[in-house]
Amino acid sequence: MIFEGKAWVFGDNVDTDAIVAARYLSTSDPAELAKHLMEDIKPDFPGLVSPGDILVGGENFGCGSSREHAPLAIKGAGVSCVIAKSFARIFYRNAINIGLPIMECHEDLAGIESGSDRLRVDLEQGTITQLQTGHVYKAEPFPPFMQEIINRGGLVEYVKARVNPAG
Amino acid sequence: MSTGNESEFGSTTEFGSTMVEKILAAKAGKEKVVPGNLVNTKIDLALGNDITAPVAIKEFGRFEVDEVFNPEKIVLVPDHFTPNKDIASAEQALLIRNFAEKYKIKHYYEIGRMGIEHALLPEQGLIRPGEVIIGADSHTCTYGALGAFATGVGSTDLAAAMVIGEAWFKVPATMRFEYRGSLPEWVGGKDLILFTIGQIGVSGARYRAMEFAGTSISQLSMDGRLTMANMAIEAGGKCGYIQPDQVTFDYLKDRVTVPYEAVYSDHDALYEQVFEYDISRLEPQIAFPPSPDNVYPVSEAKGIELQQVVIGSCTNGRIEDLRIAAAVIKKKKVHPGVRLLVIPATQQIYRQALEEGLLSIFVDAEAAVSTPTCGPCLGGHMGILARGEKALATTNRNFVGRMGHPESEVYLSGPAVAAASAVAGKIVHPEEVI
Repeated sequence: MIFEGKAWVFGDNVDTDAIVAARYLSTSDPAELAKHLMEDIKPDFPGLVSPGDILVGGENFGCGSSREHAPLAIKGAGVSCVIAKSFARIFYRNAINIGLPIMECHEDLAGIESGSDRLRVDLEQGTITQLQTGHVYKAEPFPPFMQEIINRGGLVEYVKARVNPAG
Repeated sequence: MSTGNESEFGSTTEFGSTMVEKILAAKAGKEKVVPGNLVNTKIDLALGNDITAPVAIKEFGRFEVDEVFNPEKIVLVPDHFTPNKDIASAEQALLIRNFAEKYKIKHYYEIGRMGIEHALLPEQGLIRPGEVIIGADSHTCTYGALGAFATGVGSTDLAAAMVIGEAWFKVPATMRFEYRGSLPEWVGGKDLILFTIGQIGVSGARYRAMEFAGTSISQLSMDGRLTMANMAIEAGGKCGYIQPDQVTFDYLKDRVTVPYEAVYSDHDALYEQVFEYDISRLEPQIAFPPSPDNVYPVSEAKGIELQQVVIGSCTNGRIEDLRIAAAVIKKKKVHPGVRLLVIPATQQIYRQALEEGLLSIFVDAEAAVSTPTCGPCLGGHMGILARGEKALATTNRNFVGRMGHPESEVYLSGPAVAAASAVAGKIVHPEEVI
């Protein structure tokens, strides 16, 4: 899977309350949740983000609550992929389980300009290319087990295939 | 998850195992596991609430199965936006009520019988040492206080678990935290865990198990232990746990009738890191906004004016917390500029507080006492903050907008400081009002 899109850069420890605040959790509709994506830390963000765009986080992206509404809101906004130096573990699980592509990249991503730089992300190769400069960042490939969940399109399809291999 | 592979631990099979490694190995049907291994384990209990279970139920529908794997091993608790705050939240609660009825879920707790899930499940005897518990709620890690492996997952994980009774895990490396010294007066489990998060940061135990041990932990009550394990997630931990001891067995004695097997870390278990803290002179701790690791001793927080104080939540809404708060506030009045909300975490705690006369103390002090709900902790309802307001809460998170307006602020503390500060109208040490 290869994605190209505009980068939106966030800092360390972006928590799930920031991604989508609890006051909006009386729905789980991704499109509805997307209207409030990052609202409390970047109020104009829902109007700025476009389908295909790529989120870039720092350390511990998605920390805090277990709400699957956080990756659902990101998916609902049409974001193609999330890259971060590291992810909080429940967010990491949730993203894989719902089929939202994510990648961990330990390199310094500080050179990426938010809202203007365009990136190309290659999940299989584990590379992130800054399209204006051609600079390539190396990311961590997934363990095969998780890659299989992603290839199946999420945990539900993966488990269904395991429980009923012929089905 | 790219860290913690086997190579960085060398030949880990030469060493003993930690409690979590042993539990995961046993439930995965393996002799031994080491950090970095991916395992599929049987689960003993799967939990959801009125925010996460509706999403899980929707995903459950995609499996096209007629039944859950075991209706006695699923727990559904409507506790976040309940008693329902609006029509949308009422619809979500109705969805899980109907699901519980259709699939004969044994442990569904209705309003009037329920409580905040992480206070309720241990109280009801649903948590036993040596078990694997997953919950679609990040504070599921609370149950580690009873020597279980318990961790938060998302709604899709819960859906899959309701179908197959299994979940996948990467075996976490373990960090050991040893606390020595007697707890100073007005210092409890909340202060120990806030101090620890302040030391290692909100990412400090990311993907790791946190083992809490030492002489101070041996002296700590079960309520204090539950508070500590509850906030392991605030350091990024996969779980936080305390190995079973007499305090554990006393707590379980009248609650648990089924047999269980306590599991302990080996003496030669391999820890990724060991931290040692002398807490004999620890002050009550305060986490400043906007992060639970922004921690200072109360002496450095004195004088911060407050408009609201919340005593409750899965972190500090247990009977011991209410007793401490009541002892501080007895025969005093809440400051005229402050709203004090007291929320016993379960119906049983509510009744006990009633019988012990604690609720009268709060009402006489002009506090508002509520039926159990997560409510204000996550900015759901029952105490939302306006722009510019400051609250001190015994809850677990103080992120931007957590309790209301993005420009409101939340400070975190234990129940003694919270009660004293409600009287003073500003953050104070309990000694200043006693």
